[in-house]
Amino acid sequence: MEKIITHTGIGVPLRQSNVDTDQIIPAVYLKRITRTGFEDALFAGWRRDEYFILNQEPFNTGSVLVAGPDFGTGSSREHAVWALKDYGFKAVISARFADIFRGNSGKQGLVAAEVAQSDIELIWKELENNPGTTVTVDLESRTVQCGSISAPFQIDDYTRWRLMEGLDDIGLTLQHEEDITAYEAKRPGHKPKTLPAQTAG
Amino acid sequence: MSAMQSPQTLAEKVWSAHVVRQGEGNGESRQPDLIYIDLHLLHEVTSPQAFEGLRLAGRQLRRPDLTIATEDHNTPTLDIDKPIADLTSRTQINTLRDNCKEFGVRLHSLGDKEQGIVHVVGPQLGLTQPGMTVVCGDSHTSTHGAFGALAFGIGTSEVEHVMATQSLSLKPFKTMAINVEGTLKPGVTSKDIILAVIAKIGTGGGQGYVLEYRGSAIRSLSMDARMTICNMSIEAGARAGMIAPDETTFEYIKGRPHAPKGKDWDAAVADWKELHSDEGAQFDAEVFLNADDLEPFVTWGTNPGQGISLSQRVPSPEDFEDENDRKACERALNYMGLTGGTPMKDIRVDTVFLGSCTNSRMEDLRAAATVIKGKTKDPNVRMIVVPGSARVRLEAEAEGLDQVFKDFGAEWRFAGCSMCLGMNPDQLDEGERCASTSNRNFEGRQGKGGRTHLVSPLVAAATAIRGTFSSPSDLINEPAAV
Repeated sequence: MEKIITHTGIGVPLRQSNVDTDQIIPAVYLKRITRTGFEDALFAGWRRDEYFILNQEPFNTGSVLVAGPDFGTGSSREHAVWALKDYGFKAVISARFADIFRGNSGKQGLVAAEVAQSDIELIWKELENNPGTTVTVDLESRTVQCGSISAPFQIDDYTRWRLMEGLDDIGLTLQHEEDITAYEAKRPGHKPKTLPAQTAG
Repeated sequence: MSAMQSPQTLAEKVWSAHVVRQGEGNGESRQPDLIYIDLHLLHEVTSPQAFEGLRLAGRQLRRPDLTIATEDHNTPTLDIDKPIADLTSRTQINTLRDNCKEFGVRLHSLGDKEQGIVHVVGPQLGLTQPGMTVVCGDSHTSTHGAFGALAFGIGTSEVEHVMATQSLSLKPFKTMAINVEGTLKPGVTSKDIILAVIAKIGTGGGQGYVLEYRGSAIRSLSMDARMTICNMSIEAGARAGMIAPDETTFEYIKGRPHAPKGKDWDAAVADWKELHSDEGAQFDAEVFLNADDLEPFVTWGTNPGQGISLSQRVPSPEDFEDENDRKACERALNYMGLTGGTPMKDIRVDTVFLGSCTNSRMEDLRAAATVIKGKTKDPNVRMIVVPGSARVRLEAEAEGLDQVFKDFGAEWRFAGCSMCLGMNPDQLDEGERCASTSNRNFEGRQGKGGRTHLVSPLVAAATAIRGTFSSPSDLINEPAAV
């Protein structure tokens, strides 16, 4: 994973709550077997509307999405994070993220920065009044900066550390493989195994 | 458990029994625990990139014997003996088949008797058992919590992580008790309980929590009904929902293909009986609901929290105090093609979908069949019945339910996720309105421009008869078919 410590890019105000992952990427795009190339799929339904924010300059070149609360609800599809990243987003700001989306973001180097809704309202106004204004998301200081607005954001320490170091989760876990093996040795014998396969006949 | 230990909730018990390695540090800066995973379920959509990741890194699948795959999201529900017409769907299915072969994973393919929706297949094979940790690259993995398992959906990076390590790095969840006391009125089901819970706490209300459903109304439910409730925990923002196992649970598991046998059974049941929240255990939050007051529920908007009783009217933006809620209502009404103030029961539907990992089990099919038997379908309504698994389909046919549906004029399909998310050809047309027993009423979920209303199987069936949103009690004065 690429390290990310700070990012500055054009902010995109998305004045909407409950942006579910079906909106971020509709199911029809999930049939692909690759991990990249999802930029066309991002908000595919909404992008059919010419007034949608990503169809407006300069927002179409934005890289920091500023959304309403409960962003990324619903389906666990990591494709939502891939689509945001493939489009060019480096960070999403919201007052509340769905747990799975937040987890997926952390694994893929997309910063999910939790900012108070009152600050988001200010950032929305700034971005709408001055399109093209940049937003800086700084993991070091855990702040977002937009025009004269500076707001703290929440992100858990572990995710922040992994993002800033660009660390791969599986590699980290495999450092503790002995612990896994030791745990396996003491699992109760009655726990089910999928193999050999049993069926009702 | 030692006498020194403070009382624990069910979720905490299952968690602590799976800690491979405790995270270092304290408080906010505490690192995640490494948690062992007992069962990993796979399907074609969220696994290809994970298998590819393993391959690229030269890693092995650690425990093929704790892994099982099925084909469900993309699979057609018609003509399953022919090659899948959609090329990208076919490629994805073939990729799963190739991957399972390469890595030695048990796979139940289309046409196999055990194929079906991953969350129907696991319990039905007896692989889902109390006290287990169960994960899948699918948010409705919460379904398995009905057995007192800690079960939750994960993203593809985590799928790869579990493949390689059979574990996950996780921060402990908070716990929320959902207490439902009382007795459900006839015609009110577990689907109505969970829709009411979501309407009460909102789509974000459960974020960061494991929900534990408790109380007399929950205890009296069958396993199928409990699965419906836990299934939709994610719609309240919670990753997992749980119900403490009891005799109903044990009875369901006993004799299933992968249920423990002989001495193992006794040892397992002894362990399972410990799986309940201790007296005095502290939940981080509690919610109370009275089952006596519940009515059949239906959603009117574009998220599962936008639901009301069937006897109510569609809300208007003015009904909401918060400006964001007002806007959300306005937007939802616009998308759904509804006007505030319209009685729900006056709204006509075009399609009725009975299926999905929420409501596609035997009890769901039986409930709907009981309502429609001897009745005539509204000629303008199309009804699609999609059993949750090939096994459910066979069982239903053995009971003659397929004939009841066919006589009624419904389409009797093969098993899969189908119209719940429209990845296969089963989709709504633009503007089409659907009474659906599935779990998500998001914009475009069942097809571009489609309008979804979430309901129980009983409401779905009654609605198919009258053509407008109805509950079985609305049918009492209707003439029976000759």
